[in-house]
Amino acid sequence: MKQLRRFLDKVKPHFQPGGRLQHFHSVYDGFETFLFTPSTTSTTGVSIHDSIDSKRVMIIVVLSLIPCLLFGMYNVGYQHWLAIGSSTFPFWKLFGYGFCQMFWRIVVSYAVGLGIEFAVAQWRKEEIQEGFLVSGILIPLICPIETPLWMLAVATAFSVIFVKEIFGGTGFNIFNVALVTRAFLFFAYPSQMSGDNVFVATDSVLGLGQGTTVDAFSGATPLGQVATHTGTTLQINNVVGEPLSYWDAFIGLIPGSVGETSVIAILIGAVILLATGIASWRIMVSVFAGGFLMGIVAHYFQTPLYPVSMLDAVQQLTLGGFAFGAVFMATDPVTAARTNAGKYIYGFLIGVIAILIRTYNNGYPEGAMLAILLMNAFAPLIDYCVVQRNIRKRMRRINIKA
Amino acid sequence: MIMTKIISLKKGLDIKLCGEIQTGQKAREVSHTAIAIVPDDFPGITPKAMVKPGDNVLKGTPLFTDKKYPDIKIVSPISGTVTNVCRGERRKLLFISVEPDEKNNILPEAAKPYKDSDDSEKAQQLLLDSGLWAFMRQVPFGIVPRPSVTPRDIIITTFDSAPLAPSWEEYINTQSDYIQCGASLLKKLTSGNVYLSTRNNEALSAIDNVEVIEFNGPHPAGNPSVQIANIKPVNKGEVVWTLDLPTLVRIGKLAKSNELDFSTEVAITGYEIATPHYVKTTIGASLQPLLEKQLKNSNQHVRIISGNVLTGKLEQLNGWLHYPYTQITVIDEGDDKTEFMGWASLSANKLSENRSFPGNFISRKFCPDARLHGGRRAMIMSGIYDKYLPMDILVEFLIKACIAKDFDQMEQLGIYEILPEDVALCEYADPSKLELQKILQEGINLAIAELS
Repeated sequence: MKQLRRFLDKVKPHFQPGGRLQHFHSVYDGFETFLFTPSTTSTTGVSIHDSIDSKRVMIIVVLSLIPCLLFGMYNVGYQHWLAIGSSTFPFWKLFGYGFCQMFWRIVVSYAVGLGIEFAVAQWRKEEIQEGFLVSGILIPLICPIETPLWMLAVATAFSVIFVKEIFGGTGFNIFNVALVTRAFLFFAYPSQMSGDNVFVATDSVLGLGQGTTVDAFSGATPLGQVATHTGTTLQINNVVGEPLSYWDAFIGLIPGSVGETSVIAILIGAVILLATGIASWRIMVSVFAGGFLMGIVAHYFQTPLYPVSMLDAVQQLTLGGFAFGAVFMATDPVTAARTNAGKYIYGFLIGVIAILIRTYNNGYPEGAMLAILLMNAFAPLIDYCVVQRNIRKRMRRINIKA
Repeated sequence: MIMTKIISLKKGLDIKLCGEIQTGQKAREVSHTAIAIVPDDFPGITPKAMVKPGDNVLKGTPLFTDKKYPDIKIVSPISGTVTNVCRGERRKLLFISVEPDEKNNILPEAAKPYKDSDDSEKAQQLLLDSGLWAFMRQVPFGIVPRPSVTPRDIIITTFDSAPLAPSWEEYINTQSDYIQCGASLLKKLTSGNVYLSTRNNEALSAIDNVEVIEFNGPHPAGNPSVQIANIKPVNKGEVVWTLDLPTLVRIGKLAKSNELDFSTEVAITGYEIATPHYVKTTIGASLQPLLEKQLKNSNQHVRIISGNVLTGKLEQLNGWLHYPYTQITVIDEGDDKTEFMGWASLSANKLSENRSFPGNFISRKFCPDARLHGGRRAMIMSGIYDKYLPMDILVEFLIKACIAKDFDQMEQLGIYEILPEDVALCEYADPSKLELQKILQEGINLAIAELS
């Protein structure tokens, strides 16, 4: 530890203005503050500060995503093994396959995103902000596993630059960076990003998972199947045509974007976020409440015209990206409503709109993403109304007196 | 017997710090020290020095007055010789220091006789002449009240809820005559009520002419602006005077027995103090004699705070006791520490309100140093400020209005009700480490400028 400190102190002059590496000052500063808590003390105001800082906040969110990431890796392998018609599912091989598939996605996402953040921080002469630590892991988790790496890189760069940095960096963005990455992919490359073949990895990696897909293979996600369903009895199948139960969806052994399939893993993440008080329970609870309510309403008026309405409310919450969005996306404090009253409205509307889009727009089964982005845009308006209420209360007080 | 009104506040926080005064600890006397009066401790005043170095002053001789309202005087709390009239940049008056003499004579004009039957004009003149006027503050803005404005109400706080704050119980139990007399005098100066806020003290219910209100709950329940906001919020155009119990007792002494008393009892606290205790001394006392031989470890880089850890002013060992604080806190500065990956720490010694720190689950006291523990960021987390302010104010939006220098918005969001000290806890808990008190003070300064 002391040697590391000495080393940092030794190279520090090179990064100061006038030094050889002055253009990397932000990078140096980023690493230094990451490794050693800065010893700056307060000069005005309070003399003691809470030990929490934004690094810890972000790391806790990343930690809460780890169960989803690990399960997602396993599930990537599992779906592949199913697709090649294997009858045995060796745990470490499955996991290793998923790990290899995900590894480069995470590397690309962090390299592109953090690269831009470092450059912008240097250009603005600011400290590197930690916001992308979370976005960087969210992006590979919410994109289909077969998304080409170059598309991931382009989408990440687009959304970091145009959604975050031009607004002023972490804390100033209007839309959730990770979600815009996915939305960008969806609308820029619709042919590669939709359909049945992007949610299940079919190629072998490093000799793992060799084999060809079986004839009965269909990589459609449960929601994808429902959306194109005709007739009155609904049956959801896995990738080789066997029926899926509630339980499969709850554990998460179904095709879908890497992180979103397992409700159990998402719940573990939710517990971490709520126990540490990092995410707002107000938002999380009201998203689920809104979704559940709308799910009941849609199911009550079920019609083969809109096959998704034949799903019951619990299925609506467990399938697709709803739960993942509710726990990790809607609760992003920067893009959500910031007043306590506003959070209830914001969350509730996300839940309702997500199910609404999913149910009554057959061509577009994934409503959670659009619902959250839509409410991101409306969050300032909700806050505005809450603030106006506070202002009106104050005005009324004066009027009564007068 | 009138029922005492009880107001329970839920929001807020009592930070558990080491270094409080053990009960039964004897008070020390440090009289006869040099003193200094710092004009910055009397916000809203543009000081005009009335003395030169070498002048002899009596107890009660004005050291400086306000340029705009010359009736407001800040007087010398001791008799002696002016040693320094220190000025800074652009001749800003920094402090006036006085060396004591043996006599401790009182300036006769500063302590004129006063009878209970005197009218409000005489009562006001008594406060102005004695210099005790400048010991009061007003909501809005936390400045010294203007003599031309009649307050809607007056609120007197009889307890301090800040971390490691001194207890004023003894005043209440021993000085009730003076409390009564001071309260009656103040009652003449307002058309409204005189509120006496208390923390469950029976002795106060016997005081006439006041409305006693009991406040329960954590800090900032003791802040006068928080209290008045929960009794009857201050609207635009209204003024409420605030003062603390020691000032009330001083006013009472002056009115009842014609005595000008500038002595004060100071709590010497903080975990870098060997034995925390009370000291009887004078307002503006030099810190050197107060802290001599009291520090635990003389080699340590310590932070001396004149006041409490949340709102107090930073001082050096050769500094002064700042008004209105009756407390000195000494903590570890901590700028010489290297901590490896502090953000990942699971140490139980770390003070935090976040439940990811295990220290939260152990009932213990903490010894935090003055480090920020992180870099300054934009506002990222939401809803944190709201947990620590028991007022109907949207802190985050008010702060943003202050940063944007949007006066209309500040006015609408309650700049007239809040003082910087009220957001001190929000500043402490903020993961983005924003200087909320400073930002709010700048907003208040802007509001004062807009209204004048």
